[in-house]
Amino acid sequence: MSHRLKPDQYLVLFAVMICAPLGDSCLKRGMALLPPISLSHPGVLIAAIFTPWIAIGIALLIGFFASYLTALSWADLTFVLPATAFGNVVIVLISYFWLHEHVSWQRWLGVFLITAAVGFVAQGPSLTTHPDKNSVRHPATIPPQSEAL
Amino acid sequence: MTGPLAATGMIAAIVLASTAGEVLTAAAMKSIGDLDEIRAHSGLPGAIRAVLTSPLFFSGVFFLALAFFSLLFALNHLTLSLVGPAAASLTVITNSIAAKLFLKENVDRRRWTAAALICVGVYLLAH
Repeated sequence: MSHRLKPDQYLVLFAVMICAPLGDSCLKRGMALLPPISLSHPGVLIAAIFTPWIAIGIALLIGFFASYLTALSWADLTFVLPATAFGNVVIVLISYFWLHEHVSWQRWLGVFLITAAVGFVAQGPSLTTHPDKNSVRHPATIPPQSEAL
Repeated sequence: MTGPLAATGMIAAIVLASTAGEVLTAAAMKSIGDLDEIRAHSGLPGAIRAVLTSPLFFSGVFFLALAFFSLLFALNHLTLSLVGPAAASLTVITNSIAAKLFLKENVDRRRWTAAALICVGVYLLAH
């Protein structure tokens, strides 16, 4: 098992980075178009799911979770974490370039640090292998799940 | 008015539930195996079935849901500018510790450095 990622696995990590912030942005945009919702009328929330922006947001968040689970099936949690954190950077970039919001120098510094962290981790191996067994297995060779923890 | 002890408890609840959820989910996916390979052998329905028949996966989702509701509860008492960065940055550190302890991941100096950079970076993004 190679510790280096294949191009399609980088695409999965890219989907992890992009889908969550885009999904959140769509939800925010969709909710902003609705009138204030009271907890005494929860049916309005159900109806909100079927409005275009919120439906797109939910689809993107489902895409994020599927990509995240796929990434965790062939990479360490500590390898995937920086990709999820990079979603915060994407939100700042969307705010600056698309929404033309002011971004303070502290936020740019935060963007730089998280980007550097992603670069650090991406240069290393994606998966820890133990000498006694392979960490990634075919389902036919799965041991009892209690052994995973 | 929420005191510092209660605020610490609320943030700790989010961090602990989130860490438990992430680690259990990661353990579930490792025990299931490479989803790309499963999809190649059994198609997308086979991959979905492999995930949805894992009790470990559902225990992870349970804790992630618990973290979400803990976040909602905390946001009802505390400001987003406190809860958001505190929970997000602390979760990165606790996830790294839990991954090393429970998942036996090789969290080397490179990954610790990345976790620390993300921790500070997330804090700065809240300003």
